[in-house]
Amino acid sequence: MVTIRIPSPLRAYTGEQAVVEVDGTTIGAALEDLTARYPELRQHLYEGQQLRNFVNVFLGEEDIRFLDGLDTGLDAGDSLRIIPSIAGGRPECESAPSLRQE
Amino acid sequence: MPVRITKQLQTRIFRHLESTWPNEGGGFLLGEIAQDAATVCESIAVENVFEAAEQYHRYAMTPQDWMRLEDEADTRGLALLGYYHSHPDSPAIPSDYDREHALPNFVYLITRVQAGAAQEMLAWRLRTDRSRFDSETLEVVVD
Repeated sequence: MVTIRIPSPLRAYTGEQAVVEVDGTTIGAALEDLTARYPELRQHLYEGQQLRNFVNVFLGEEDIRFLDGLDTGLDAGDSLRIIPSIAGGRPECESAPSLRQE
Repeated sequence: MPVRITKQLQTRIFRHLESTWPNEGGGFLLGEIAQDAATVCESIAVENVFEAAEQYHRYAMTPQDWMRLEDEADTRGLALLGYYHSHPDSPAIPSDYDREHALPNFVYLITRVQAGAAQEMLAWRLRTDRSRFDSETLEVVVD
């Protein structure tokens, strides 16, 4: 078993558990097991078969993008953490004048 | 669920977002969730790490910012309620870019900063099917 720490807004889909245990010998397999156990998570973590680009996964202190990504191997007792990248931006009003309030 | 914030805290957020104009600014919202409302107890400004030339219309935090604030919220028994950011010279409504990067069960406070002056703050929440944001009632409490 490995553990995955769930970001606060998504704990509504894990019965308010901050940390859940899953099975998997790779990070990809562990995330698949996570979304099999808690199916409502899937649409917020994945777009098709790919992780959404604002979804970061850390193994310990390492971003898995700097490891082997979803193919990174896991040992029993490893700890994963899902971290959203917070980003925003104004509407592109120049091309959408109907959004202007003035 | 309505979002409740004190006038004092709202003013603090306005001053921060005016200071970052003409670029976007933002930060986290810590608070408490009860049956009748989500109450913002604290705002924490977070540096905009988007590429400098794009900051006039884009805002981003690092994953490490999230880790730090989520750990702090969990330790203090508070909820990481959401985040605030500005739309410089643009309406306080979510953009497609906001929606693509959004999470459900999270409060998005967007402030229009027009010519350097904060003019309007609106509260939004992403629908669970990710199709759109819904407007939330923002209750500004005079303290």
